[in-house]
Amino acid sequence: MSIDVLMPALSPTMEEGTLSRWLKQEGDTVSSGDVIAEIETDKATMEVEAVDEGTLAKILVPEGTEGVKVNAVIARLAEEGEDVGDVDDSAPSEAEESQDKADSSDDEAEASDASDASPDDEDADEETAPPEPAAATLKDPQVPEGTSFVDTALRDAIRDAMAEEMRRDESVFVMGEEVAEYQGAYKVTRELLQEFGPKRVVDTPITEHGFAGLGVGAAFGGLRPVVEFMTFNFAMQAIDQIINSAAKTLYMSGGQMGCPIVFRGPNGAASRVGAQHSQDYSSWYAHVPGLKVVAPYDAADAKGLLKAAIRDPNPVIFLEHELLYGESFPVPDVEDYVLPIGKARVRRPGKDVTLVAHSRMVGYALQAAEKLAEDGIEAEVVDLRSLRPLDTDTVVESVKKTNRIVTCEEGWRFMGVGAEICATVMNEAFDYLDAPPTRVHQKDVPLPYAANLEALSLPGTADIIEAAKKVCYV
Amino acid sequence: MAKAPSKNTGSKSSSSMKREDALKHYRDMLLIRRFEERAGQLYGMGKIAGFCHLYIGQEAVVTGVQACLKEGDQIVTGYRDHGHMLACDMDPKGVMAELTGRADGYSKGKGGSMHMFSKEKNFYGGHGIVGAQVPIGTGMAFSNKYRENDNVCVTYFGDGAANQGQVYESFNMASLWDLPVVYIIENNQYAMGTSVARASAETELFKRGISFEIEGEEVDGMDVYAVKKAAEKAIKYARSGKGPYILEMKTYRYRGHSMSDPAKYRKREEVDDIRTHHDPIDTLKAKIMEAEIADEDELKKIDKEIKELVKEAADFSLDSPEPDPSELWTDVLREVESA
Ligand SMILES: Cc1ncc(C[n+]2csc(CCOP(=O)(O)OP(=O)(O)O)c2C)c(N)n1
Ligand SMILES: [Mg+2]
Repeated sequence: MSIDVLMPALSPTMEEGTLSRWLKQEGDTVSSGDVIAEIETDKATMEVEAVDEGTLAKILVPEGTEGVKVNAVIARLAEEGEDVGDVDDSAPSEAEESQDKADSSDDEAEASDASDASPDDEDADEETAPPEPAAATLKDPQVPEGTSFVDTALRDAIRDAMAEEMRRDESVFVMGEEVAEYQGAYKVTRELLQEFGPKRVVDTPITEHGFAGLGVGAAFGGLRPVVEFMTFNFAMQAIDQIINSAAKTLYMSGGQMGCPIVFRGPNGAASRVGAQHSQDYSSWYAHVPGLKVVAPYDAADAKGLLKAAIRDPNPVIFLEHELLYGESFPVPDVEDYVLPIGKARVRRPGKDVTLVAHSRMVGYALQAAEKLAEDGIEAEVVDLRSLRPLDTDTVVESVKKTNRIVTCEEGWRFMGVGAEICATVMNEAFDYLDAPPTRVHQKDVPLPYAANLEALSLPGTADIIEAAKKVCYV
Repeated sequence: MAKAPSKNTGSKSSSSMKREDALKHYRDMLLIRRFEERAGQLYGMGKIAGFCHLYIGQEAVVTGVQACLKEGDQIVTGYRDHGHMLACDMDPKGVMAELTGRADGYSKGKGGSMHMFSKEKNFYGGHGIVGAQVPIGTGMAFSNKYRENDNVCVTYFGDGAANQGQVYESFNMASLWDLPVVYIIENNQYAMGTSVARASAETELFKRGISFEIEGEEVDGMDVYAVKKAAEKAIKYARSGKGPYILEMKTYRYRGHSMSDPAKYRKREEVDDIRTHHDPIDTLKAKIMEAEIADEDELKKIDKEIKELVKEAADFSLDSPEPDPSELWTDVLREVESA
C-alpha cells in the first residue's frame, strides 16, 4: 500500500496554507526525518518532514499552490518493494470534500443555536455536553432525642473539630503561621501543640505561597493537611497553588490524583483593620470548579462541617469569621458530629420573603427577621453554609413559597454570591417571583479605615430590613 | 562579583560627632519614641483602632538611614511604619490624624495605621501584606534607573518578611539589572511570636543575597552612627549604579507585635536588658554628654519641645472631624483625562 503525505498544520487554528517548495522530486527515496517540502502561512514557514520511508512516487500538489487545506493529500510514497507506477495519482474526490464542508457548516449552525439557548433548548444542550451530575439528596444527621447541647465559642468548636480528626486519623496535621507555640493568632489552634506535638502542629515561616504548595504536595503524598491562613487576605499570596495545583489536579490527572486538603482561616472584614486586611473571598473561591467552599455561621455547623471537610477527598476552602470567633452557640454533645457539605439550613421558617445568607450575614439576617416580624413580615432565613456545592434546591423551594428573595453577603455585589443565586432563582422560579430579587452587600469600594466610613461600607441588619421591605412593597 | 557579606560592629568615633547632626538624630529618635508612646495611649483609649504596630526600640534604624538620603530618594516599608513617616519629615499631625481615622489624616482617614502614603515626601507606604513592599521598592528602583535619575529606593522589611518568596524574586531582578535599591532588613528578632531561629534556616539574614551576588552587611541597629555609616556606604554603592545592597539591622522591638500581643514568647528580662543597656536614645544621649556636645539642660529642652509637638499632634488628631460620608465613594478609580 502507498502512504499518503498530508498537508500539516502549523498551529491548531491553521486551516490552509501555501505549498511553497518541494525539496524532493518524484522518484527520490526518502527516509523518516528528511525534509521533503516547505509550507507557509501568513504567520510562519515550516519544513515538512517525512514520517515514513519509501520512494516519493507522486506529487499531487505542485509547488506554489496556495490555499492547500490542512490534511489534504499532497504526495504519495511507495513503500519498499512497491512499484512506483502502481501508486494511485488521483486526488481525493470533490464529492468527499464538499461532504466534509457540509458537515462542518451543520456543526456551526448547531453551535449558534445552542448559544441562543432558551429554556426549551435544554435537550439540544444535552447533546453537546452531558448534564452536570445532580447533587445527591443530603441530610443532616439526626441528633438523638435528649442530647444535651453545650455552649461553645466558635473558635473552640473549630479547634475541637481539628482535635477530633487528628485523634481519629494520624495523617491529619495542622500547619500555618503561629499555629503551634503562639497557640494561633486568634487562638483557634489552642492546645493542639500540647496534645499532638510539633510533628503534627507545625509553625511555618511567613511564606504563604510556599506552605500552601507544600500542603498540596503533602496531600499528594497521602497526608491530610489542614492549612491555616492567619487570615484569608494572606491566602492571596498562595492563591496560585490553591487553584492551579489543589483545585485542578484531579481533573488534569484524569482522576488519578486527588488533593485532600483544607485551607481554613478567618475571611471577611475584621474591625477597623483597613482594606488590605478586610476582604470577603467567598465568590473568589466559589467560582472555581475543583474546590468545595464552606462558610458556616454558628459553632455547631462549623464543627460538623470542618470534620466533613477534613475527611473530604477534595480541597476544601473553609471560611471562618473573626468577628464570630468569640461568640457562643449550642453544639450537640454527640460522639462524632459530621455534617454534609453542600446542604443549606433553613434557620427560620417564614412565608413572606426569603433571606439568603452565609457566615456572619446569617446573624444579621436572623436579627432582621425578628424586626420584620414586628411589622408583620414573616421572613424565611436560609443559611447556605456551603457555597460550592450550592444548595439551590433549598433556596428555590423557599422562593416558590415566599415569592420574594433578598440575598445577603458581606462581599462586593459585582459578580458576587448574590448574583449567582439571583440568576438561579430567575431561571428556576421565575414564574413564582412577585418582586425583582434584591441583593444586600458591601459598598463597591475597598474597605475604609475611618469608623464612620467603615460602618457605611459594610452591610448590616438595617440594610436587610430595608431590602426585605422593598421586595414586599411596604 | 559581590564581596563576601560582612559584619560591621559599629562606630567608635564619637569624637568626630558633629553637634548639629548629633542633636538632630537625638531629636528625630525622640520624636518617634514619644509619638509612638502617645499612639499607644490613644489606642488604649479607643481613639485608634484595628492593628497598631509600634516602632519603639527601633528608632535608630530609620533615623540613621534617612540621614543619608537626598531629595527624590524613595522609602517604602511594611505596616510598622509610623517611625518611617516621621523620619521622612511627614507632619506628625497628619500621621496621628490618620491613626485616629480622621479627615486630616494623610489618607483622609481611609488607610489607617498600616496604609499611609505621602507622594510629596516620597513615602510610598505603609503596606499591610508582609513582604509586598519588597518588589514594590525594587520597582521604584527600576523606575529610577529607567528615568536615568540617580535616586535610590530604600526598601525596609522585617526578619519575618525575609522569608517570603517575593523577596528573592526581587533580589534576583535587582541584581540582574543593577537596580538602585538598598534593602534594609529590620531584624528585631521576632515575627509576631516567632523568633528568627524558629523560622529561618540561615539566621544571618545579611547573607540572604549571596546567591544573587548582592553584598550584605550586618549592622548594630541600636546605634544610630553605626546605621548611618553602613547606610552611607550602601546608598552610595546603589546610587553609583553598582546595584542593590543589603543591610541587616540588628534591632529590637520593646512592645508587643501589635497592641493586642501579650508577648509571652519572650522573657521580661530580655526586654529589660536591651532597654537598659542598648537603648538607641539613651546610648546617643550618653555619647552627646560624653563628647560635651550638649548638657542635660539643653537635652531637656529638646525633650520638652518634642513632648509639645506630640501633644499638638494628638490634640489635632482628636479635633479633626471624621471624613465626610461622601468620601466613601471617592478615590476608587481616577477619572480618565480627556486628551
Ligand atoms: C502575607 C502576610 N502574612 C501574614 C501576615 C500577618 N502578619 C503581620 S505582621 C507579621 C509578622 C512580621 O514580622 P517581621 O517581618 O519580622 O516584621 P516586624 O513585625 O517584626 O516588624 C505577620 C505574620 C501579613 N500581614 N501578611
Ligand atoms: Mg521582626
